[in-house]
Amino acid sequence: MGKKKDSASDTEDTESKSSAPRATPEPVAKRPAAVKPAERVTAVEMGARQREISVSEFFTKNRHLLGFDNPRKALLTCVKEAVDNALDACEEAGILPDVTVKLEVVSNGGPVAPSQANRFRVTVTDNGPGIVRQQIPRIFAKLLYGSKFHRLRMSRGQQGIGISAAGMYGQLTTGKPVRIISRIGPKAAAHFFEVQIDTKKNEPLVHENKQIDWEQPRGTQVTLEVEGKYQKGRASVDEWLEQTSIANPHVKLIYGTPEGETKEYPRTYHELPPQPREIKPHPYGIEFGMLLKMLQDTKSHTLSGFLAADFCRVSPQLADEICKAAKVSPEAKPRELKGPVAETLYKTLQETKIMAPPTNCISPIGEKAILAGLYKQIKGEFYTAVSRPPAVYRGNPFIIEAGLAYGNRPQDQNKPQQPAMPKAEGEHEEEDSELARVIRYANRVPLLYQQSACSTFKAVLSTSWRNYGLTQSRGAIPGGPMVIFVHMASVWVPFTSESKEAIADYDEIQKEITLALRECGRRLGLFIRRRERAASEFRRRNIFELYIEEVVEACNRLKGGTLPKQKLKEQLQKIATSRTGGQKTDEALGKTGTGPEGLPHSIIVTADGVEGETALATQVESSQGVVASPVEPDLLGKPSPSDKPASKGKTTKSSRAKHPPKKTTAQSDQARLFSGDSKTTKKSSGKPARSAKTAVSRKSK
Amino acid sequence: MTTTKTKKTTPVEKKLIGLADIVIQSAERSKDPTFQIPIRALSNVSFNERKGLIEMGSKKQERSFFNVGMAKRFMQTVLVADALSELQRADLTTSLREIYYRTKHTIKDSHENTFDAQDESDPVIEDLEVSLATLREELHVSAENRGSIVGPVIFGDDGDRVDCSKLGKGGYSVPSIVEPEYLEIRRCTADFLLLVEKGTQWNRLSEDKFWRRYNCILLTGNGQPPRGVRRLACRLHEEHRLPVYVLVDNDPWGYYIYSVVKQGSINLAFESQRMAIPKAKFVGLSSADPERYELPRNVGIKLNEKDIARAKELLNYQWFQKPAWQAEIKRMLASGLKYELDALANKDFQYLTKKYLPRKLKEKDWLD
Repeated sequence: MGKKKDSASDTEDTESKSSAPRATPEPVAKRPAAVKPAERVTAVEMGARQREISVSEFFTKNRHLLGFDNPRKALLTCVKEAVDNALDACEEAGILPDVTVKLEVVSNGGPVAPSQANRFRVTVTDNGPGIVRQQIPRIFAKLLYGSKFHRLRMSRGQQGIGISAAGMYGQLTTGKPVRIISRIGPKAAAHFFEVQIDTKKNEPLVHENKQIDWEQPRGTQVTLEVEGKYQKGRASVDEWLEQTSIANPHVKLIYGTPEGETKEYPRTYHELPPQPREIKPHPYGIEFGMLLKMLQDTKSHTLSGFLAADFCRVSPQLADEICKAAKVSPEAKPRELKGPVAETLYKTLQETKIMAPPTNCISPIGEKAILAGLYKQIKGEFYTAVSRPPAVYRGNPFIIEAGLAYGNRPQDQNKPQQPAMPKAEGEHEEEDSELARVIRYANRVPLLYQQSACSTFKAVLSTSWRNYGLTQSRGAIPGGPMVIFVHMASVWVPFTSESKEAIADYDEIQKEITLALRECGRRLGLFIRRRERAASEFRRRNIFELYIEEVVEACNRLKGGTLPKQKLKEQLQKIATSRTGGQKTDEALGKTGTGPEGLPHSIIVTADGVEGETALATQVESSQGVVASPVEPDLLGKPSPSDKPASKGKTTKSSRAKHPPKKTTAQSDQARLFSGDSKTTKKSSGKPARSAKTAVSRKSK
Repeated sequence: MTTTKTKKTTPVEKKLIGLADIVIQSAERSKDPTFQIPIRALSNVSFNERKGLIEMGSKKQERSFFNVGMAKRFMQTVLVADALSELQRADLTTSLREIYYRTKHTIKDSHENTFDAQDESDPVIEDLEVSLATLREELHVSAENRGSIVGPVIFGDDGDRVDCSKLGKGGYSVPSIVEPEYLEIRRCTADFLLLVEKGTQWNRLSEDKFWRRYNCILLTGNGQPPRGVRRLACRLHEEHRLPVYVLVDNDPWGYYIYSVVKQGSINLAFESQRMAIPKAKFVGLSSADPERYELPRNVGIKLNEKDIARAKELLNYQWFQKPAWQAEIKRMLASGLKYELDALANKDFQYLTKKYLPRKLKEKDWLD
């Protein structure tokens, strides 16, 4: 259940498995270079001191490895572990998650301001499947206990260490047990537990266990009391929850802040992400030691059987070929394969050409859901998202997704209503030096620390954003009101350190991120250029409108005051409008007020081009000989209540069907975007009705 | 459509209203309202050798409303037309500057002014003069009075008798509108007219009563002569057959002043007919004079780059193609020096009155 740091798990793993007595550091340290031979300690004496270290003891001392290095981060880690567990459980059970997070100040004396408090109660409640009674103590009070470690599948948590570590941290700092309420269904009883960890034995100690009445028909509630520090801003609990809600728009999140406010992050995407499949390891992705262990553990009796059964993408024929190439009998017993022979086998495996691993083990967020998430949380004028086709690093499949939200928040836009000075050509509404913000995710979990060490951040820096109409200083983040979203989904996300804070810099990963960012950038560039054009038309129109009044008045006086002024004015204004790009200018600038969700300044761009112009893109596509799926024309027709989840599902599927991991399709997607756009420029009249429809679809009840 | 019945609409007013009609009709047809304005530039003038006049060609520029570069000008044109028609109705005459103030205001809901400076409204008035083929006087607009006249001539100005021989050394200030309706030439007994570029030298001649001794009229425009001065000289020349002599500094600007008096200006080519005096003569200062009158080199001024460039331009003008003129200008360029009329004072304070001009007139030493 819990999540835990990778290398930590490795260490733990070897220790608990082998149970080998290991020299503790103390005796070594106590041997200050044999000055007096009399003080020598015998091996027997040493042996008496050598004993097993429990996982829990190890982490009590090394809590920074799990993200508990300082009180502020510790508070975040507790929330994060509990929420990750809740989401993983709900998704695996196929339930749309409703998660409530509550932070309360715990004070011994009088009331303490949240920013001053040093002790908090964290309560996380979900509507998940619940946990069976017998398992509750071990899940919450035993490190390295869980369901996710022994399988190769994308999930937030991996090792089953996170929540119990959080409990342990609470126990260490406040002495309070973890309190759990869980119910597996309306007919079952709700169980209440208070558990602590026996750090010596790494076993749960149950303090309290009773049946209670609980208003929720199903779900789990965890309450931790921990030492922490609550501070808003960067890398805060608030930021983490906000970013979580962006990458998980299918989650309804309610957050009770320590100040007593309630923030609600509504569900904007009403479909669960597809269940990732579990896969066998790919031969390219394993280490030699791992192979040895697999040879020992396998249920197969023959080597070729082992290769075919325990690895993905290895067919029986291929297994035989590998055996032949490694000069081992396919009938050899796996358990007997050792030493140089095993090593040859390992090398052969790495050299043989094997198909890339299947990608159904990963579940990307999806372009539509990213758009929904960005649109919900970040106020801007332009949104786009790109899901790359799956790629592979070291035998691990992964998918990179990127998104952009660009533009000013509505309140910022409303400020300069009446510019004080007439603007000259090329002069803009006050130059702001704001830099873009990068938000990073690994398997849908926001990464808040160590941004500059992260592969995603490096890819953002190395992209030439200037090509897309943005400002960018050398080696810096691009400027402008923009949020850059990058998500890596993989069965195994390579973190640079055990603290799971930054993604390692594999060439394959960096390349994919860069490609995704470029595609986003291109779409943004189209949008920015189009809007610049419109803005310049609008400036022209303003000039005309300014003078029309004067000209009409003067003409009226010339004609002795008998002119039908209003008529002349309207005629002139009509000419002015038609000569400055007409209705289209207004739309590009969002002045018609038909933007999504009554937010008059948003334009959303998807892979199909600018939304509201998708019909054109489809025409182009079908003219290219690609058979358009029968669902799409329906959807793209007149605005209809077809925006219900059911039809949305279809869209998603059809669009996903067009995204097999083949580069050619990805390219044709791009071609479609561009050809769609070139058509767009020729088209003279806009369609407010369409964008209004877009608004509805974005809302998605 | 209808004006107040009490007063008849003047032809000029009708022309001004015609501008409003262009706007209304274009708007009706969803067309861009456009005025045709004759171009006032070298590219649109030609020198009529037979008449000795600079004439305006037929090239026109369009001034459209729905063109970002012209929109403001267009609006200004309509505003000025409105102000001018107001003058017509009220039968008032006003100055360029007053037109500027009358039409200047801040456009509603903005911080932009209709006109920022007078040099924006003045050309618009000239544009209207040209495109409506009306005279400035007909538009009831006058420029600042600039220029003085003294000599044996009697004017009738608003019923007052002005005898320019009895006005001391200050003379009569030439009004900007000198059409017969405004200024009547009652009597003129002079033998010729001397147009002096500089007020200071005009003062010298006036103080020395040069006009009395040579029975001439002294006229100055204080630099480039304004329309009033040019028109008055032209009237005296035409109505009283007075030969006109021009006395200017010896520099390219002096040459050009002479050519404006003689053939008309590029900017106001449409008025050449009324203002040019093709028979005017150039008495000095010529580039040959320093040698002839033994002016020391040290009273000359080195030609600067602008002078040289301007002189080279003059060499190319059609009306400076006579060999004598080519020689005159080239001589100045060769010497590298220019001379002011005032430099004659180097010899004697009254050298101009007592020696230079008498000798010039006696020797008929002038250029045509």
